[in-house]
This record gives sequence, structure tokens and C-alpha cells, in this order.
Amino acid sequence: MAVYLLCFTLFLLGIYCILRKRNIIKIIIGVIISEYAVNLFFILTAYRAEGRAPIYSKSAIIENMVDALPQAVVLTSIVIGLATTALLVGIAMRIYEKYGTFDITKIRDLRG
Amino acid sequence: MMQAMNIIPIFVAIPLAGSFIIAILGKRPRWAPDLISGFTTLVLLAASILAVGIANTHGVLVYSIGAWKAPIGIEMVLDGLTAFMLVTINLVAFAVSVYAVNYMEQFTSKSKFYTLFLLMLAGMNGLVVTGDMFNLFVFLEIASVASYALVAFGTEKHELEAAFKYAIMGTVASLFILLGIAILYSFTSTLNMADMASVLAQKESKNIVLMVSVLFLMGFGLKSAIVPFHAWLPDAHPSAPAPISAMLSGVLIKSLGIYALCRIFYNVIGMTAEVSSVFMFLGVLSMVVGVFLAIGQWDLKRLLAYHSISQIGYVVLGISLGTPLGVIGGLFHLFNHSIFKSLLFLDAGAVEYATGTRDLKDMGGLSAKMPATGTTNLIASMSIAGIPPFNGFWSKLIIIIATVEAGRYWYAFWAVLASLLTLASFMKVMKYAFLGALKEKWSQIKEVPVFMKLSMGVLAAICVFGGLLIIPDVADVFLNRARNVIMEGVDYAGLVLKSIR
Repeated sequence: MAVYLLCFTLFLLGIYCILRKRNIIKIIIGVIISEYAVNLFFILTAYRAEGRAPIYSKSAIIENMVDALPQAVVLTSIVIGLATTALLVGIAMRIYEKYGTFDITKIRDLRG
Repeated sequence: MMQAMNIIPIFVAIPLAGSFIIAILGKRPRWAPDLISGFTTLVLLAASILAVGIANTHGVLVYSIGAWKAPIGIEMVLDGLTAFMLVTINLVAFAVSVYAVNYMEQFTSKSKFYTLFLLMLAGMNGLVVTGDMFNLFVFLEIASVASYALVAFGTEKHELEAAFKYAIMGTVASLFILLGIAILYSFTSTLNMADMASVLAQKESKNIVLMVSVLFLMGFGLKSAIVPFHAWLPDAHPSAPAPISAMLSGVLIKSLGIYALCRIFYNVIGMTAEVSSVFMFLGVLSMVVGVFLAIGQWDLKRLLAYHSISQIGYVVLGISLGTPLGVIGGLFHLFNHSIFKSLLFLDAGAVEYATGTRDLKDMGGLSAKMPATGTTNLIASMSIAGIPPFNGFWSKLIIIIATVEAGRYWYAFWAVLASLLTLASFMKVMKYAFLGALKEKWSQIKEVPVFMKLSMGVLAAICVFGGLLIIPDVADVFLNRARNVIMEGVDYAGLVLKSIR
């Protein structure tokens, strides 16, 4: 149970970072933290107490294996996260070129 | 039967292949990107119209990727709602792709634009055809990441700022969706939508479903810009190049937001009265807030972006009513809105192309110099405001009648009021931009090139004749099929699982 709570705390920490920080790079780091928290949660749901790695072989007795599917799924999700992060950092670099600052309070020509 | 289901993966494969080929070719033959993109979207449009016919004759069709049967493998499902969304998406994509041939000459790297555009299209088509929860997330991310890059395409100050805001909010939305999927998976031990629905129907699962509903409401609500989650839209949509504004406002917020909400809430976890009343409230809220914010805008594209929020409100209100009439009104308005809002954005792009400005105070009398743009803009304005013979009138009328029938008189009142305010704000657009005396400095401007006129003309024709879709015989083929999928609710699981063989 404590593991899940820690995982959730990590997620909230990331969200807090996105909402409160003024530096663009720190916001991106916030996104990454909460993304890892979600991935970690997905992996945790697959965990079985004392389970072994889900590798099938002829001699192995099939009992108490951890769930293999979330591991594959999280791998995909990490790759997607990489693409998003790369794009975010790319945009951040261009913003620095144009505005000369990473401070979002100074980058507000538009009002949503 | 075997041939019929093989059409389903085409909707993902063709745009992916197109974008790959364009990326490899680069700029070498100058005409190649235009030709490939135009051809790809034309084939997709033809295939999606074919898919409507197939969905009619076969009912639900399932394609198993790599021949792994559900619930182990990933399924692609073609039913009425999917076919309906495919036609909407690919129709707008085709018009946009024709328009971009001339419009994107202003930018330096046309081939990169088409690569991202087709990637986004592949993501949207994939999201619509998939029958697997995690697969839905993957396609959603493909479409989103491509759209972040496309919003930043101009790489000027405002584009970058808008794109950053959009990308951060979009990523947080995706995280909420992924968290929801993770919780659902840990509860049901399956990712297949149909299987998940049948497991959820058997379990006592009140609290988990409530938690997941809230997560999905936040995630997909952000993607579809329903009011408390709308802050990114008025920045992002005007900052993109005009063809992409048309795609984003026309179909992206609908396929990523509304379609996914419908599919998950109606077909997988089952709609409850509480959730649908929340949706109705949010729908009415976005309808009213969007139109009030729109009416004061002087930037043409920004005004249109706020109207997108308002019109999405109508769609959400109609679909969440849950009555057959309300759902059909919502879906019909979804189709109509994607047509006239893309047309309006393309017209705004045409004005910007000719004059270089988006400020309404700066324009005036443009109809004299740009008759085609003026006429199509007038048609689209009347459609969105709900003037009788045009398509927007019929869908709004159906939604309002359905709201009254359901006994929600206040919601109906707000719907009518929002419609009147829409009319007012588009009278403002017509008055300041197209009618009146031509300003001195615009005496040299020319009408836009032929491809832009062509695509605007096609969309305008659909605006005029779109009302015919509601004639009973035509509706049976197209709209009613999509409505039946939503109305059948969690029985969807049984139908899909039965047609896997």
C-alpha cells in the first residue's frame, strides 16, 4: 500500500512542479516526473508478491509469474514520453532564441 | 467477409506510408509532396465512403492485428460510429490537403508540413478504428505530438509560446488518460475494449469506475477543450498555419476528444445519469462561455477559435442527453461543425494570404476584390449561426428540440441564446471584413489561387446541401448507424466479441 502512496505522491509532485515553477525547463522536468510516476504505477499493478520473471521455458512451472503485459505497455509509453520530451525541449530552445529567457512570466504575449 | 474486413488497417497504413515517402523524398521534385498528400487523402476519402457501405451491410466488422484473437491481440473495429467519424475526418483532410498546395508556398519546408500532416491524420484515423485501450492511447499520442509540432510550424514568437502551452497541457491530459487506463487494466486485467466492457458489467465496481470517469473526463476534456479545460485552444488554433487550424478545430478536437469520450463512456464503462448530467452542464457552460469570449475578439482566427469551444458545447450537450434524438443531433452537429469551421478557418487563411493581416479593424470591403472568399465565408457564417437552409440550422434545431423533449428547458434557453450571439458575432465578421467600402491600401490585392478556391468551394457546397443528410432514407445509412452504436451502450461488447472469428 505504501508503495502506491509514494507513487501517487511522486505524481502529485510532478503536477505541482508543472503548476508552480516559472522556468520552462523546470516545467518540462515536472512533466517527466509525473510521467515516470504513471509508468511506475502501471508496472506496480503487474507486481505479484514473490513472483518471478515471465519467461516461458519447457521446464518452468507456470505459477506465480508477474504480469507480462504492463511491462510491454510501459516500454511503449516510455518511448512516447521520449518523443514528447524531445519536442518540448526543442520548442523550449527555440523560445529561448526568440525571447532570450526561460521565465514564463516574461513570455506572455498571448492571453488564453 | 474476408475481403471486407481487410479495409480496416488501410486507414492507418496509407497515411503512415504517405508521410514516410514524403519524408524520404524531401524537396527534390517540387510537386511530389503535393501530389502524394493529395492522392493519399483522396484514397482515404474513397475508402471511408466505402467503409460506410461495408458497415451497413456487415454491421460490426473486426480485424485482428497479426491474427491474434481478442482478448489477447489488438483488435480494429469498424462499426457505424467509426465509419461516420472516418468520413468526417477524411473529408476535411482532403479539402485541407488541396488547400495547402497553394497556401503552404509561403513557408519554406512544404515536405515537412505534409509529413507531419499525414502523421496526424494516421493518428486520428487509428484512434477511431482501434478497439484496444492502450492502442487508443498510442494513436492519441501520435496525433497529439504531430499537432504540437504543427502548431509551432511558423517558429515565430507567438507560435512557439502557443505550442509550448498546448504541448504541456496536452501532455498532462495524456498522463491522466494513461493513469485511467492503468487503473482500468489493474481492475479488469484486459486492455481490449469489448472484453473490458463485459468484465466491468459483471463486477461490482462503483468506486473504481467513478475514479476512472473523473480521470478520463479531465484527460479527454482537455483534448476536446470543454470549458474549464479550454485555455490552450484560443492560443494554439490561431497560431497554426491556416490548413492546420482547420484540421485542429475541424476534426482533431472531435476525434481525440468527443469520439473517445463517447466510445469509452457509452460503450466501455457505461453512461450513468450522474456522469451525463455533468457532461450536459459542461456542454452548456462551454457553449455560453465560448460565445461570450468570442464576441469581443478582433483577431479573426482567435474569434473562430473561441467559437469552436462554443460549438463543441452543442455537440457535448446533444450527445450527453442520451435520447435518440439528442444523440443524432449531437453527431450531426459534429459533422456540420467540422465542415463549416474548417471552411471558416480556410477563409481566414485566404484573407491572411491576400492581405497579410488577421485584424478585423484593418480589413473592410474585401468581397469586392475576393468574391469567392467572401461568398464562401458568408455561407459558412450562416451555417454556424443557424440560418435555415444551411446544415448548421438543422443540427441546432434537433439539439434544441431534444433538450426541450428531455425537459431541460434552461439548457434549451441557453442553447438558443448562444445561437443568437453566434449570429451577432458573425455579422460583425462579415461587416468589418467583407462588406462595406474597400480600403485604399487593399486596392492591389488579388483573389486567392485556384486550389484554395476549389477546396473552399467544395466545403461550401457541403454546407449548403448538408441538411439533406437528415432525410430519413439518407440518415438510415449514415447518421442512424452511428447513433445506434452510442445507444446500444455496453451491449457493444457482445456485438464485437460475437463478430470475432
